[in-house]
Amino acid sequence: MFGLRAEGPMEQFQILPIVDLHLGSIDISLTNSALWMIIGTGAICLFFLVATRRAALIPSRAQSMAEVIYEFVSDLVRDTIGAEGRKFFPYVFTLFIFILAMNLFGLLPSLPWIAHELHTFTPTSHLIVTLALAMVTITIVIVYGFYKNGLGFLRLFWPSGLPLWLMPLLCLIEVISFLSRPLSLAVRLFANMFAGHVILKLFAGFVVSLIGAGGAVMAFSIAPFLGAIAVTALEFLVAALQAYVFAVLTCIYLSDAAHAADH
Amino acid sequence: MSVFAIISSAAAAAEEVHGEAASAGLPQLDPTWWPSQLFWLAITFGILYALMSGKFLPAIGGAIEERRDRIADDLDQASEFKGQAEKAEQDYVQALADAKAKAQGIAADTRTEVDAEIAKLQAETDKELEKQLGVAEARITEMKTKAAEKVRDAAADTARALVETLIDEAPTQEAATRAVSSVSSD
Repeated sequence: MFGLRAEGPMEQFQILPIVDLHLGSIDISLTNSALWMIIGTGAICLFFLVATRRAALIPSRAQSMAEVIYEFVSDLVRDTIGAEGRKFFPYVFTLFIFILAMNLFGLLPSLPWIAHELHTFTPTSHLIVTLALAMVTITIVIVYGFYKNGLGFLRLFWPSGLPLWLMPLLCLIEVISFLSRPLSLAVRLFANMFAGHVILKLFAGFVVSLIGAGGAVMAFSIAPFLGAIAVTALEFLVAALQAYVFAVLTCIYLSDAAHAADH
Repeated sequence: MSVFAIISSAAAAAEEVHGEAASAGLPQLDPTWWPSQLFWLAITFGILYALMSGKFLPAIGGAIEERRDRIADDLDQASEFKGQAEKAEQDYVQALADAKAKAQGIAADTRTEVDAEIAKLQAETDKELEKQLGVAEARITEMKTKAAEKVRDAAADTARALVETLIDEAPTQEAATRAVSSVSSD
């Protein structure tokens, strides 16, 4: 009755090309996903540009914030990997801040009158993106593991101090657990983002449907509306938490690679 | 490259087969846009990593390090200053004690000096007084002697006058004197 229109919960994940680009036969068009990756990255760069413009003894507000994030990730890397984790610090930091920005920017409200292509989009709600990030981590783990420990890296799958007859079984379990790492890493982030946005959209959809029903039923729309507010707050927590979890697990896996020979 | 082409063509074929079902499914599982997503992820993440590791993180880390050094330096300097202050206080206390001891020494010296001078003056005065006393005593003795002599003379004269009156004959001066001497004790 108000011309309201609720889209399905999946439409927010639709990838829409904005500028058509091709590399040979591969379609590398600038899509809404790419646009939000660029917006997120650009925002991070802008923030750090401001924060480090004058690296002062007495920090500005932006510099203080940047230093808090720096110390946070730095402590995480040092506590998990140890002193030799220093060389992974830029990677873990980039990973954390990138995922955090993608997750948080996806929670911005879309302007309702602009084209669907420009609506808010969460790149981390796509499995291929999270899987790619997870594969980068696992590739670093494997390459560094063999570089650091040689074949001793394989001792990761051969726990010591156990009866011999248990070994084949445990070795199998260790191998499976190692292989499932990238998948669990990728699926955890993707599923959290995906589910959160679906629930948000469902609540919002209920509000629209109930208002659309008209009459006394409209009063009930307050319930899903409050629900949507609560879920939005929760999603901010999840957005930060998942970025942190991804960074922590990356650190733990890197620590395995660094200390495989000590097992 | 060719792998992506295969995936893309396979996906396209699958979409043709499934038609409506595929487009209604999860957009995440539609491989059409996987290459594009991976491409832009690589670009943005790569640029961000390069900027972070090359520019931003060293700048922030440097600022934190510099501040830590500066604070440590300041603390060092403060403890140095504290040591200096403590030493100055010690020196002051020492100087004060020295000055007190010196003042006491000077006071004691002065006292003994003054005492000695007083004793000397007293001795001199005593000597002088004794001398004067001696002179005075000598004079007194002399005067006593003279007075006694005069008394005797007077007694002799009186005796003479008495005798003259009594017997109308005046004894000689000598005899009167002898008479008086014989009766007087000294």
